[in-house]
Amino acid sequence: MLWIAGFLVVAGIFFFAVGVLGVLRFPDFYTRLHAAGKCDSLAAVLVIFGIALYNLVDFSPLNLLVSLKILAIAAFVFVASPTATHAVTEAALIIGVEPWTKKDNPQ
Amino acid sequence: MEHLFLGCGIALLLLMALCLVRVVGGPTVLDRILGGNVIGTKTTVLLLIIGVLYDNVAMFVDIAIAYALLNFIATLGAAKYFLRRKNLPGK
Amino acid sequence: MAKIATFLTMLAFWVLLSGMFDAFHFSLGVISCLLVTLFSHELLFYGDRKRSWVKGTLGVVLYFPWLFWQIVLANLQVAYIVLHPRMHDLIDPRLIRFKTFLKRPISKVTFAQSITLTPGTVTVNIHGDEFTVYALTRSAADSLPGEMERRVGRALEQTK
Repeated sequence: MLWIAGFLVVAGIFFFAVGVLGVLRFPDFYTRLHAAGKCDSLAAVLVIFGIALYNLVDFSPLNLLVSLKILAIAAFVFVASPTATHAVTEAALIIGVEPWTKKDNPQ
Repeated sequence: MEHLFLGCGIALLLLMALCLVRVVGGPTVLDRILGGNVIGTKTTVLLLIIGVLYDNVAMFVDIAIAYALLNFIATLGAAKYFLRRKNLPGK
Repeated sequence: MAKIATFLTMLAFWVLLSGMFDAFHFSLGVISCLLVTLFSHELLFYGDRKRSWVKGTLGVVLYFPWLFWQIVLANLQVAYIVLHPRMHDLIDPRLIRFKTFLKRPISKVTFAQSITLTPGTVTVNIHGDEFTVYALTRSAADSLPGEMERRVGRALEQTK
């Protein structure tokens, strides 16, 4: 159980790192949204699962309640992160931020 | 195990500092909002890790829940606010 | 029926957040849950009651593991693109529109959130039954609506 928790946390940190690298490297705003919206939600959920498991290692009713609370955070992040991404994307489209396209793309 | 969580916390802090590059550098306001949102998600997780390190998860969970809610509402509010502005700086 | 369901959900959430079971705190929870149920019972559970609750819950429960696996695959793909040294050759962003057969608002929202979370696509807007999606690569754009729409339809639209 301890090792599973540690693995989940480390995997989450890896996806956080990928998300940040994507936010820094992608050429325009819309592609940055992909990195931020996806990697962040999965990484946060992974780390939160890991911490909930680690919290359950010495089992007691109080710890179970705390773990359920931690899982409530995960559920909230899962719902809220795509919604925030959606809101920011729509704002960008209405304001008219220029999208990056390939040079040889006829579109 | 404690060392693993300590290392993860430090790594998260470094990643947040990297995100600040995007928040400061822009180029558009929405890029800054996005960077702020990413930092906020990391802060939620970092609060939980701090709770594990101080052996007091029960207290830090409540702070993390409040921070996740605030981060979500702040992002929505900022996006709606700049939706109404006509001439965006650095567009 | 909707009132009772709202009250029970609110009470479970209160107990989860407070964690105190003495008479004073619990009665405070019951009173505030009753107030919330009285004022806003039509917000959480609404619409037609044709489908059974068990079926709907089962559909959602069966849908989520598949969605989670798709999200992991999507993240590995995005990680590959981000870590690739010449990533400008890999990406080909484009805006696409398509119509959906989903009717209920809840399934539309679920579908939009799933699109945002899975390979290389972000939902921008929903107008009636027309989705606007921003795709990162050509293959991601071609894969929509596809299998995910069928699965959401099976999970949440069984009355039709």
